[in-house]
Amino acid sequence: MLRDEDRVFTNLYGWEDWGLAGARARGVWSNTKDLVAMGREKIISEVKESGLRGRGGAGFPTGIKWSFMPKETDPDRPSYLVINADESEPGACKDRDIMRFDPHRLIEGALVSSFALGAHACYIYIRGEFYNEASHIQVAIDEAYEAGLLGKNAADSGWDFDLYLHRGAGAYICGEETALLESLEGKKGQPRNKPPFPAGAGLYSCPTTVNNVETIAVVPEILRRGGLWFSSFGRPKNEGIKLYSISGHVAQPCNIEEAMGIPLRELIDRHAGGVRGGWDNLKAVIPGGASTPMIPRDACETALMDFDGLKELQSGLGTGSVIVMDQSTDVIYAIARLSYFYMDESCGQCTPCREGTGWMWRVMQRMVKGNAEVEEIDMLLEVTKEVEGHTICAHGDAAAWPIQGLIRHFRPEMEQRIRDYRDRVHARGAQPIAAE
Amino acid sequence: MSFGTPAPEDQQPDHFEFTAENLERARKIIAKYPEGRQQSAVLPLLDIAQRQNDNWLPRAAMDYVADLLEIPRIRAYEVASFYTMFNKAPVGRHLIMVCTTTPCWLCGSDDVLRAIEDKTGLRPGQNGDDGMFSVVEVECAGACVNAPMVQINDDYYEDLNYDRMVTLIDELKDGKTPTVGSQTGRHGSQAQAGPTSLLDRRPPDVVAAASED
Repeated sequence: MLRDEDRVFTNLYGWEDWGLAGARARGVWSNTKDLVAMGREKIISEVKESGLRGRGGAGFPTGIKWSFMPKETDPDRPSYLVINADESEPGACKDRDIMRFDPHRLIEGALVSSFALGAHACYIYIRGEFYNEASHIQVAIDEAYEAGLLGKNAADSGWDFDLYLHRGAGAYICGEETALLESLEGKKGQPRNKPPFPAGAGLYSCPTTVNNVETIAVVPEILRRGGLWFSSFGRPKNEGIKLYSISGHVAQPCNIEEAMGIPLRELIDRHAGGVRGGWDNLKAVIPGGASTPMIPRDACETALMDFDGLKELQSGLGTGSVIVMDQSTDVIYAIARLSYFYMDESCGQCTPCREGTGWMWRVMQRMVKGNAEVEEIDMLLEVTKEVEGHTICAHGDAAAWPIQGLIRHFRPEMEQRIRDYRDRVHARGAQPIAAE
Repeated sequence: MSFGTPAPEDQQPDHFEFTAENLERARKIIAKYPEGRQQSAVLPLLDIAQRQNDNWLPRAAMDYVADLLEIPRIRAYEVASFYTMFNKAPVGRHLIMVCTTTPCWLCGSDDVLRAIEDKTGLRPGQNGDDGMFSVVEVECAGACVNAPMVQINDDYYEDLNYDRMVTLIDELKDGKTPTVGSQTGRHGSQAQAGPTSLLDRRPPDVVAAASED
């Protein structure tokens, strides 16, 4: 188990003062000036050495992403850091705890990271529903300005830096980085075609890096303790520590900071009090947030919670948000409900996603009842493949994967549901409803 | 979502403008963005307008915000209709947003919906006649380890079940201010029975709860 002295988020549960005094007592802002004094190249190389990969779900190496930003700043096209605090992936609730209980850690990270990117301004885009979390961040920003930690010569670092909070207004898709930028520009949150990538033309067509809250918040600690400290946890290419959320049918749902690559079973048994009714009562787990395909109990026995470990199981680490389902769960409905989610949250821009998510939801509703033909399972699978990879952003993929995971592991249950329905209908002498 | 359809003409006010205080707020928000990029302020300004107008956004308010930002009015309409937090028709004093996405559903969001219907007679998408409650089903609110949960106006109420939801509504009906956050008294997202990490930093009440076991 991760030792307490290696934990970054020491106020994860909000036991201590989240304001400036409390943050200072936890070591935040202790030597920010020295961190900036390391210089841009050293900071980026240290972050590369740490092995830190983006904590928002896609897992792109942070240091490499940063190195895409222009070295020289054009005064007409200033560089920006934008922090993605639009946490909305079903199962994920880790960034919320950073923002409400340790906002200064995020703010310090914003300063140091922005300096490394050559950005004098940064926006934090927080989902609109997080009203109280936004209030904490705003109070913390005000405290930081008051204490000279933001603004001209921020934290006595010689770097002028302004940080702004921007609240969204209810749209999952704004967690997609280019949709977020559109939204921040005051438009509908519809993803942009890439290229150009944000590092070339992002916010207001200026060079921009978009990073997740957790990614930015760990940067100062990586620089304080060294990239090697961070990379000493986990496996190669999957290094570091991260926040996991464990929800659903466990005895003790919770958030926990742990090493990358921790076995899924250990995460559930040690930290979340085990599966409700015992391990044998486990049916399936969605290991990384709604868009990652579910894995059945057998695979959960040995699954390792990191990018490669879950990829081997045809799933993914995503945001590290574990959703546990016990034997009582109607897994077909559990996934159908996610299909509804993706339909509701599709921005409507690309036809395969706009039409496909609605079609998949309608067919999934019939699968829940069993009011379908067995061959339609294959047709449904085929349609998920037609949506996947045919849209501007990954929303179409995210809608397809949960259904693919369901069919991969629970096809017999789906077929049984169809047979049961048919038996009931025949017993009543009713006519089945035609498919679309 | 069902408060997304604009209110009929007879409910639409003819005129809207910010109070002096809100205008000042709006000016400060506009100043956060570079010159010429004032359209960025459209979401926060519509939010202020909605707060000023009993939690719903009439067309006059969208027009006012668009004019203030010097952007075409259609840009404000587009945004107001795209984002689910803007209510385009009147809602009750307490807008109950019930998360029913899979993590909340697994933990009993159906019971929460049932409690709400039993106590208020309202199903998702409905407004009460007395103007006190409105109910709407929402997608994941990002508090999954404290599922099931509802958001009422700005605040989250977590770790609910049928009885706790009933209590919550009773308190609101009695004009009381319920405790925000977990309804079982746990700190944030720590394990209810006691944390498994940071043991040396536990506050006295968490230590006491652990020693009872």
